[in-house]
Amino acid sequence: MAEDLPQLLDSLVRRRLGGGGAGGVARVSAGATQEIWRFHMLKDDAEIPLILRRAPGGGFRVSPTAVGLEVEAQLIVAAATVGVPVPPVRCVLEPEDGLGHGFVMGFVEGETLGGRIARGESLAETRKFLARQCGEVLARLHTLDPADFPTLRRTTPAEQLAQYEEIYRAGAWPRPVFELAFRWLAERCPPPPEHPRLVHGDFRNGNLMIGPEGVRAVLDWEIAHVADPMEDLGWICVGSWRFGVDALPVGGFGLREDLWAGYEAAGGPPVRREHALWWETFGSLRWGVMCAGMAAAFRTVDPNIERAVIARRASETEIDLMRLIAA
Amino acid sequence: MQDEPRPEEILEAVARYLRETVAPSTSGHISFNVRVCANALEMSRRQLLDSHAEIERARLVALLGVDGDLATLNAELSRRIAAGETTLETPGLVAHLWAATLAKLAVDQPTYWGYRAALAARDDLDPPPPSGGGGPRSGGGG
Repeated sequence: MAEDLPQLLDSLVRRRLGGGGAGGVARVSAGATQEIWRFHMLKDDAEIPLILRRAPGGGFRVSPTAVGLEVEAQLIVAAATVGVPVPPVRCVLEPEDGLGHGFVMGFVEGETLGGRIARGESLAETRKFLARQCGEVLARLHTLDPADFPTLRRTTPAEQLAQYEEIYRAGAWPRPVFELAFRWLAERCPPPPEHPRLVHGDFRNGNLMIGPEGVRAVLDWEIAHVADPMEDLGWICVGSWRFGVDALPVGGFGLREDLWAGYEAAGGPPVRREHALWWETFGSLRWGVMCAGMAAAFRTVDPNIERAVIARRASETEIDLMRLIAA
Repeated sequence: MQDEPRPEEILEAVARYLRETVAPSTSGHISFNVRVCANALEMSRRQLLDSHAEIERARLVALLGVDGDLATLNAELSRRIAAGETTLETPGLVAHLWAATLAKLAVDQPTYWGYRAALAARDDLDPPPPSGGGGPRSGGGG
């Protein structure tokens, strides 16, 4: 069935947002699990830029680990109430909108390219305080009440380790470095968190919209879950997100100590350093297992050359793991 | 005997054409994908020229005390680590894994910052020169 997206968006903004029409519809990215479209709404002689985030084809397919687009919208709305910078959600799609699952949000201007955030001249001053600010943002994010999100996945460190070991074993390709990392992590596994928090799950350089004043928006809430809050503090330090600046573990722009200090100063629970480092190590292994899994996907469901190249990025996590556990 | 030019020379020329001629004359997602293709060809070329496999196999034979092909030996080492029979304290293990991992990165991604930092920290090793034309990194963090 052919879909007339411009027409559907035009109708949407008239009925739901009080606009006088829509235009400038353009695809922004072709994600595997989600589509992102940019368009503008006509209102009072102005063109207001908006973003549509929805399930592919306007259909109802959602990846098994994703929280679902309605919950994602709910998370973003809740995050705004505790002072986490996010794009404003303008409306959540209803079945009668004919656009599938998804939501419309305001367009936020800023930099999301990791290399420019880690190395760009225009953000040199920003990098001096960005790690600390990321800690402050995470402390506020972790005040969200998990009870408001009953459908989110609840996990312990041991469960996540077991989950990724299962995925690795299913790949049936020997990786002695991963084996060593699984042992190392199992021997040091943090206990189930006493006070599980709502964690973002993919809070890293690449998913943050940055301006000169710092974080303008935290993006990509699709794998949020309820877990040990130290998980978010470890993931942003994973080597793969340093964009050429290896000496600055926090996204290639800051130090762990600044991230942790900002987190505690903004009211986050005391940082368990060894747990944060455990999550950083687990993060490298988790990203490595995800990359390695691309080889099978490349051979079966999606022969896209990009998948082949990502599969060969598994070795970058092996060198990061060696540096973390066998330096 | 096949005639010249050799496959690695052909791959190099195709990658250069994609990067220097095709990519600049396209835009958006196509241009990005063309550079990803050039990266993939350059990685394949490095693997064709790579000679670490036999060295790695010899190290594994010495470490494990059994013979076999590379896949079998790596599967056996993986099994022993998972079972706790071989650990970080086992003589030769860490040195082997470092050598094997550095050799993988020299093919997969010689410009990876973690690899360059690891080489700089291990001045006992001969750092190979960085090769490949750079360009977009694929996937998260890319």
